[in-house]
Amino acid sequence: MDRIGQAFRTARAEGRAALIPYVTAGYPTLEQLPGLVRSLTRAGADVIEIGIPFSDPLADGPILQRAATEALAAGTRVRDVLRVVSQISTEAPPLVFLTYINPVFRYGIEEFARDSAQAGVAGWIIPDLPWLESRAVRDTAQQYGIALIPLAAPTSTDQHLKAIAHGHGFVYGVSVTGVTGVRDAVDTGVETLVARVKNFVDLPVAVGFGISTPAQAREVGRVADGVIVGSALVKTIADHRDACEEAAYQFVRGLREALDNLSAKA
Amino acid sequence: MATKRVPDQRGRFGPFGGRYVPETLMPALDELSRQYGDARRDPEFRRELELLLKDYVGRPTPLRRADQMSQALGLDVFLKREDLNHTGAHKINNTVGQVLLARRMGKTRIIAETGAGQHGVATATAAALFGLKAEIYMGSEDVRRQALNVYRMKLLGAQVHPVESGTRTLKDATNEAIRDWVTNVRDTFYVIGSVVGPHPYPMMVRDFQSVIGKEARRQILKVSGHMPSHIVASVGGGSNSMGIFYPFRHDPVQLIGVEAAGEGVETGRHAASIQVAEPGILHGSLSYLLQDADGQIQPAHSISAGLDYPGVGPEHAYLHHTGRAQYVAIRDDQALRAFHQLSEWEGIIPALESAHAVAWVIEQAGRLQAEGGRVLINLSGRGDKDVDQVFQYESEKGVGRHG
Ligand SMILES: Cc1ncc(COP(=O)(O)O)c(C=O)c1O
Repeated sequence: MDRIGQAFRTARAEGRAALIPYVTAGYPTLEQLPGLVRSLTRAGADVIEIGIPFSDPLADGPILQRAATEALAAGTRVRDVLRVVSQISTEAPPLVFLTYINPVFRYGIEEFARDSAQAGVAGWIIPDLPWLESRAVRDTAQQYGIALIPLAAPTSTDQHLKAIAHGHGFVYGVSVTGVTGVRDAVDTGVETLVARVKNFVDLPVAVGFGISTPAQAREVGRVADGVIVGSALVKTIADHRDACEEAAYQFVRGLREALDNLSAKA
Repeated sequence: MATKRVPDQRGRFGPFGGRYVPETLMPALDELSRQYGDARRDPEFRRELELLLKDYVGRPTPLRRADQMSQALGLDVFLKREDLNHTGAHKINNTVGQVLLARRMGKTRIIAETGAGQHGVATATAAALFGLKAEIYMGSEDVRRQALNVYRMKLLGAQVHPVESGTRTLKDATNEAIRDWVTNVRDTFYVIGSVVGPHPYPMMVRDFQSVIGKEARRQILKVSGHMPSHIVASVGGGSNSMGIFYPFRHDPVQLIGVEAAGEGVETGRHAASIQVAEPGILHGSLSYLLQDADGQIQPAHSISAGLDYPGVGPEHAYLHHTGRAQYVAIRDDQALRAFHQLSEWEGIIPALESAHAVAWVIEQAGRLQAEGGRVLINLSGRGDKDVDQVFQYESEKGVGRHG
């Protein structure tokens, strides 16, 4: 069961933050997903987020919007993503789906939980499903051994942080008020955010939204249990479409080394 | 006929509604609910809003029997003249209310989404009135099609951001407005243009638009001595229809919402989400949506930009679900014919949106006459904004009555 927790414990035992890269399924093509996941695994990812593209991704910035639009234009279907993921999950670190509530709702919450579990998926992140609305979804997911990952934002109240203490997997700390994207600097509020979450919640806290470089990963890795990198990786893939597996490997390897160095220095 | 008091504390209209937004926005929605609750109970706020609606917007708008139309159809038809509002449509009832609330909450920046630009213009107008800065998101496809409304917004001091993502229309403009709000939530007020979005917006916009129905109820009793048998209004997101329906909800009146059937519901090129009635979640609430088998949102189609939206407010989904209101659909060609007919009958050029409501009454005249119909149409806006488009359209198709 708790594969996600195990991944964080392993990283911690090695004295570093867990590394969580994100890729959009179907971008550049769905056929390339297994190769990309193998690259990320080889490069040292501890958990991998796989985005199921949605037509109206309102929590995403331009890079992930474009990836989703292209993936959908190429005909990426939810069922096909599940099929491809089921072929790779046994040889990968814990896989977590990132998608929006409407594709899940439309598929059927129970059916999507069942098929995700069968595909070997360990968790779901649904950025437009706030904790207050998530009761039915998280109970159903839980029945199938899937963790609905709670999110905590800079604006979140103590009351929210108390509520998500009952969550599973890890807490996704949203580093900024904003959408996903590549940013020049880590928001100064990250340390406070992590400390506030830890005050209420025993789960590991991974921070994402805007983390783009090894230096930023190191900075966040100092205060958080995990570092999530999405847009910067997808941009790397976009910039090297014909050799994206190797480019993704190099990029994620660089992030992982930054986190390893942190443990060496500490 | 009695309906439960909706929405409940969580913003639910039966199974519909709710709050499906990123966690970042949840505290802002709580705050908005609280502040709106305080404002609507505050006599000072209510007085100020009432005065603005009277002296700035030009309310109450007239309600009058449409004599030629009544004679032609053989039944009594009354028009509620929302087209006579400042800026030419009902949209301003809501934007004045929301911007007044924004000022009360100390927000310094106003954002809004717009399709054809009607809500954008109404928001820019209200923001100018209060000396606040407005930024309007508009799909780049709509910016191209509605160049004059873009210029109007700029005249009013607003900044217009063309949106290049997705289908480059209203739904994408709404996504982008939500992204802006998530980013600037601390100082920004998001003025939503219809009875859509996360709680409390569907309730709040309904309340601000209910002034239409409150006036109409009083006026029609005075003018005709009777309740109407039917109230007919067009449904895009659903604000003009909800605004006129709501004060009549306990009365023995049939409520008819007219959606845009575009080229025909069976062609798939339409905006009639209630005709299809597939539940889904978009822009913060659970309602009916145009979507494919994977839950991807499908583009809407209508000759009327204000109806060209793939969703509908959750309270309409609820009224459909309970059967309290009936929802029907009118095609582009039918709406166009009504656009001409009302102009000729009454000397009133209706907005293409409103022409859908007029068209349904024309189509159903036989039945309505047999039922002894006294029909009240919400004329949500004036057609000046559409004259150019209709002219172009008819020139291209070689139809129409001009030339
Ligand atoms: C004149 C007019 N009527 C109707 C609508 C449709 O919106 P709603 O359904 O919210 O009234 C619009 C939207 O722009 C409009 O401008």
